[in-house]
Amino acid sequence: MAETLTQQQDSYLPPPAPPGAIKWIRDNLFKGWLNTLLTLISAVGLYFAISRSLIWFFAQADWTPIINFPILFSVGQYPREELWRIGGVLSALALLLGFSWSHWGGLLRGVSLYAGAMFLVLGALPVSHPALTPSMRVFLISLPATILLAFWIGRWRFVSKRMVMALWLVYPFFSLLLIRGLAGSAVLELVSTTLWGGLLVTFVLSIGGIVICFPIGVALALGRRSKLPVVSAISTFFIETIRGVPLITLLFLFSVVLALFLPPDARLDRLLRALIAMTIFSAAYMAENVRGGLQAIPPGQEEAAKALGMNGVQITALIVLPQALRIVIPTIVGQFITLFKDTTLVYIVGVNDFLGIGRSIVNSNPAYLQAQLEVYLFIAAIYWIFSYLMSLASRRLETSLGVGKR
Amino acid sequence: MPTGKQKPIIHCRGVHKWFDEFHALRGIDMDVYPKEVVVIFGPSGSGKSTFIRTLNRLEEHQKGVITVDGIELSHDVRNIEKIRAETGMVFQQFNLFPHLTVLQNVALAPIWVRRWPRRKAEAEALSILERVGIPEQAHKFPGQLSGGQQQRVAIARALAMQPKVMLFDEPTSALDPEMIKEVLDVMIQLAKSGMTMLVVTHEMGFARAVADRMFFFDRGQVVESGTPDQIFSKPKEDRTKLFLSQILSH
Repeated sequence: MAETLTQQQDSYLPPPAPPGAIKWIRDNLFKGWLNTLLTLISAVGLYFAISRSLIWFFAQADWTPIINFPILFSVGQYPREELWRIGGVLSALALLLGFSWSHWGGLLRGVSLYAGAMFLVLGALPVSHPALTPSMRVFLISLPATILLAFWIGRWRFVSKRMVMALWLVYPFFSLLLIRGLAGSAVLELVSTTLWGGLLVTFVLSIGGIVICFPIGVALALGRRSKLPVVSAISTFFIETIRGVPLITLLFLFSVVLALFLPPDARLDRLLRALIAMTIFSAAYMAENVRGGLQAIPPGQEEAAKALGMNGVQITALIVLPQALRIVIPTIVGQFITLFKDTTLVYIVGVNDFLGIGRSIVNSNPAYLQAQLEVYLFIAAIYWIFSYLMSLASRRLETSLGVGKR
Repeated sequence: MPTGKQKPIIHCRGVHKWFDEFHALRGIDMDVYPKEVVVIFGPSGSGKSTFIRTLNRLEEHQKGVITVDGIELSHDVRNIEKIRAETGMVFQQFNLFPHLTVLQNVALAPIWVRRWPRRKAEAEALSILERVGIPEQAHKFPGQLSGGQQQRVAIARALAMQPKVMLFDEPTSALDPEMIKEVLDVMIQLAKSGMTMLVVTHEMGFARAVADRMFFFDRGQVVESGTPDQIFSKPKEDRTKLFLSQILSH
């Protein structure tokens, strides 16, 4: 039997080589007169669409509102003489990225390289611009240098993994302290959040929201599946209530209505109120996503862990959650992207995020109003870049974690 | 093997279990003594799996007494965890942890339950993997292994806790025929090394080779028990005879 099989296989011819480019074009684009006609029409249409766009982009579009206000887009009304604090936050980030790159590589290598390249390009732009002062250029170019330096230092013994993780934990608080300052401090004057704006606010809201909503969402998901009726009921009630309310309503609720109930001196910061609303909103959705992952874990996993004598906390932390979270990475990252884009809604409660700055620039001058298409295109492009980078990172993360998939 | 003075390591009296209306276990009495190998067999739905799962409280019994290694199973969670740490269990579906390597699967419980240092647990895990014949797979993930290899890892994982009793719940039922032997070989070797074992299985060859006693389950009751000799050559009950003739005839 085996012999006849191999004989047969020997007599098979290899599959035909893939057709060349010209043959492919003839087969797929110019097969029959109808096909040819459609191809030609599409080609003409494409030509006009692309050439018109290019002409508009380079010759007709008015990019002055964007070119005039790079700092405004980045940090809003943040005092210009305090900009070094934002620089400090970025430098610390570069340092941490470099350390993490040398310890974990993989995804963090990509993130470090992308971020470094971005700052390098910005700093080395071959145009003269009032915002690109020599010191600003030096700072921007110092960021990729810091990343590389940290990558190199990271190999030394004294920079342990544990230390890098601890630094990451401290980093958000450090950044917040540096950006906001302290009341009554001479070095770090308080910078009211009403002055914050632009990308700074967008990042504070989305990174803050992501970092805080993730643990809350996981806790709610576990709570909803809890065997304790009270815990489960409270979690379910919270999730379903929040999910049943639009985000805009929550933002209004927290920024307007809440103030009516609290004593006047206990009023929360406007940005903080927006952050709380965003966070609990996405925590409710996060909880449902994570619950989906939890339900995908076969009961045998928990039984096997129980049979080994592990306790409930150990089973959840070591067996169930790692598997469940891995399953829902795409959904979770999708939700992070949604949250990132949803931060634009805070404009309606008077927080000047990236989009808000764009709108106020457009509305500030009739000449800029003419160029509102350009402004919104620019804003869209920035949102697209960051969203795309997130989904790229998620795909990398999936491949790097996919090794042991059953 | 039940000799007069020795204390049983597993002691069951009048164990009952209901799934809603269905009476799955109807008063099981069983004593298992140290170093004994006990085989439980019977038709599907006879309660044999349910029974073995009550012994480490994966199923809760509703009436009767179960004592394992001197600890009575009750609602006290600490007692349950203590008993589970002393009893290893091997499942029909392996239930390995797919996100951990083979070595991590085996070393996990000693690290977290026994609180061994990682290095000791991993050294121990490697030597156990050697015992079940797959040390070279230590750094692979379970998904990369064959069914027989996975089940041997599952046995190693249970053994790593140095249990006093090993429970096997149809360990070869999900395996391809050619892989059954490699798992049975490991189990036979384990039985000969003096491990106390409770095995739910239809592998009558295994029972004949190493079992000290056999229990025939039907409809939630022990119909007949005895040495393999008694069961195979002169079964007393008609139901035992019928069942044996059915599984031995093909």
